[in-house]
Amino acid sequence: MLSIKNLHANIESKEILKGINLEVKAGEVHAIMGPNGSGKSTLASVLAGRELFTVTEGKVTYQGKDLFELSPEERASEGIFLGFQYPIEIPGVSMVNFMKTAVNEQRKHRGLEPLSSSDFLKLMREKKELVELDSNLTNRSVNEGFSGGEKKRNEIFQMAMLEPKLAILDETDSGLDIDALRIVANGVNKLKSPYNASIVITHYQRLLDYIVPDFVHVLYDGKIIRSGGKELAFELEEKGYDWLKKGIVV
Amino acid sequence: MSSEIIHSEIKNKLLDLYQNNHEVLKNGSPDYINKIREKAIERFRELGLPDKKNENYKYTDLKKEFDNGYKTYLSPKNIKFDMKEIFSCDVPDLNTKVILLLNGWYYDRENLLTELPGGAIIGSFQKASEIYPELVKKHFAQYADIENEGSVALNTAFVKDGIFLFVPKGVIIEKPIQIINVLMDEEEGFTQHRNLYILEENSQASIVVCDHTLSASNFLTNSVAEFYVGQNAHLDYSRIQNEHNGSKQISHLFFHQERDSNVTANTISLHGGLIRNNISVHLDGEGCENNTYGLYLTDKGQHIDNHVFIDHAKPHCISNQLFKGVLDDFATGAFNGKILVRRDAQKTQAYQANNNILLTDDADIKTRPQLEIYADDVKCSHGATVGQLDENALFYMRARGINKKEAKLLLMYAFAHEIIQKIKVPALKDRITDLVEKRLRGELSRCNFCQMHCCNS
Repeated sequence: MLSIKNLHANIESKEILKGINLEVKAGEVHAIMGPNGSGKSTLASVLAGRELFTVTEGKVTYQGKDLFELSPEERASEGIFLGFQYPIEIPGVSMVNFMKTAVNEQRKHRGLEPLSSSDFLKLMREKKELVELDSNLTNRSVNEGFSGGEKKRNEIFQMAMLEPKLAILDETDSGLDIDALRIVANGVNKLKSPYNASIVITHYQRLLDYIVPDFVHVLYDGKIIRSGGKELAFELEEKGYDWLKKGIVV
Repeated sequence: MSSEIIHSEIKNKLLDLYQNNHEVLKNGSPDYINKIREKAIERFRELGLPDKKNENYKYTDLKKEFDNGYKTYLSPKNIKFDMKEIFSCDVPDLNTKVILLLNGWYYDRENLLTELPGGAIIGSFQKASEIYPELVKKHFAQYADIENEGSVALNTAFVKDGIFLFVPKGVIIEKPIQIINVLMDEEEGFTQHRNLYILEENSQASIVVCDHTLSASNFLTNSVAEFYVGQNAHLDYSRIQNEHNGSKQISHLFFHQERDSNVTANTISLHGGLIRNNISVHLDGEGCENNTYGLYLTDKGQHIDNHVFIDHAKPHCISNQLFKGVLDDFATGAFNGKILVRRDAQKTQAYQANNNILLTDDADIKTRPQLEIYADDVKCSHGATVGQLDENALFYMRARGINKKEAKLLLMYAFAHEIIQKIKVPALKDRITDLVEKRLRGELSRCNFCQMHCCNS
């Protein structure tokens, strides 16, 4: 589904990603862990198409297409979803209008008719229940005045609405209490299928108690320095990152 | 030097126009009006029209705009005009009475004055000045600043027709009154209508004024409206400016507020070649509330200049100003908001904000908030911003599959929404929502589709 080869990316001519290689297949859950500043969020942003970053080298193929040929909105319509670490507040744009536009733009891209208002509202109701999102939140402006937990839950709600093929969740767990974490993780698990895949970026091992990854990768200084199964996460929890860093020849 | 010559020339041209039509102008106007007319032309002779050297007109050269050779009519010109034909696009028949000014003249010459429920009167200013001299005399030219504003003096010197509204004591007009200013002529035209709105104590009215051009010729309008808002009276005034790029509009609104009165004035500038709005508010009694809001959407070579002056003359009044604008292409604009808090106006609360979005590097806005405070126990604030669309928000939307153009529209619409939601008449709010969206999409090229039905419901 997704193939990343030797990916290098800069921001303001400072190199952040220094040669990432990663293969993600349908049905898989990949966890990317690593200390602060290792490039986790940059990787997520580059995959989603943030123009702030410049790709200097490497190739990313998504469902056989060159990812860098696609605009952010095309990537989204092709099924890539980025769950933001810091969801953006958009005063004046209602959640309903935002989601309706997003859903219908994506449908248009796939050659489908737009959803009728009643079908759309039905879909919204269904998905709100799935992620236990407070009904009042969808009557407000996008993320405006939402608490940290509500914002994250809103990301999962949007993911549920858009049914992506590849979900990239950037530290969706940060700032969540255990209850919120459980709800977010539940949402992710319910959406899991043999046809889609997730990349879960996290700082802490605790999210992986709820979302069980097939693979765990450790990102450090712009490179994946270790990959393994879910047991790697436990090892990290126990020993921290230092034992891995020591193993790198700089 | 050469510009000085042109300018004194245009002043002389206008003075000649007055002199040569002296009798026609006076004819049909009562003496008390003609006395003020004489005074006004003398004041105009001294003031002339402001150019950019005048601090209040630094960003809009009025003098230049008047020097155009457009024709002005001192009696209503007979123009074939079928209201139904022009305005029947959306709704088959209008179910509320619409008041129409055609090139500054009250259109319905058969019914120049109409009585509304409760004894309120709406109609032609010219007719009212003749039929209700006491009422008009008491308020006419009492609030408009003839002393300092050349274009107001000019309008007063040429006063003929316009809108007259009188709402007696305690009368509440439930349905919004809709007034349409239509400009339509094959020739280029110069129009100066004069409007007087009197709301006696404890009365209430809601007024919607729409400005339109219905023919492609160039127009210049120099209009003045005076509003007397009596004790505890409530006025809700909305203005939609939607004229073509060949139109130039200078509008003066003077609000005089008595104790405990409440005025909300919302000016939505959707389209127009040049718009200069002067809004002047005099809070002349304790406990007044004034809300002056504006939204302007400009593109291409359009120019918008909003000039607001709030005079807190008495204690315990509240004023809120919020103006927001989106400027595209090489459009230019200015906002000047002045709050004056006089020495006795203790416990004043006065707030002002002006926010702008520039969509291109060539669009330009000058914003100048001014506070002048002589009282010591007041709460005042002002602020201005000029920025671009929020890149983070744009990316967030694009990451959900919304294309860039649509995402920009959503953001612009969201920006404008803050003003639109302040419109109190629900049907009008919906209509304006629709218009603003169309405008931002660039679909508002003709203006005779919807505004007529702003208040139908």
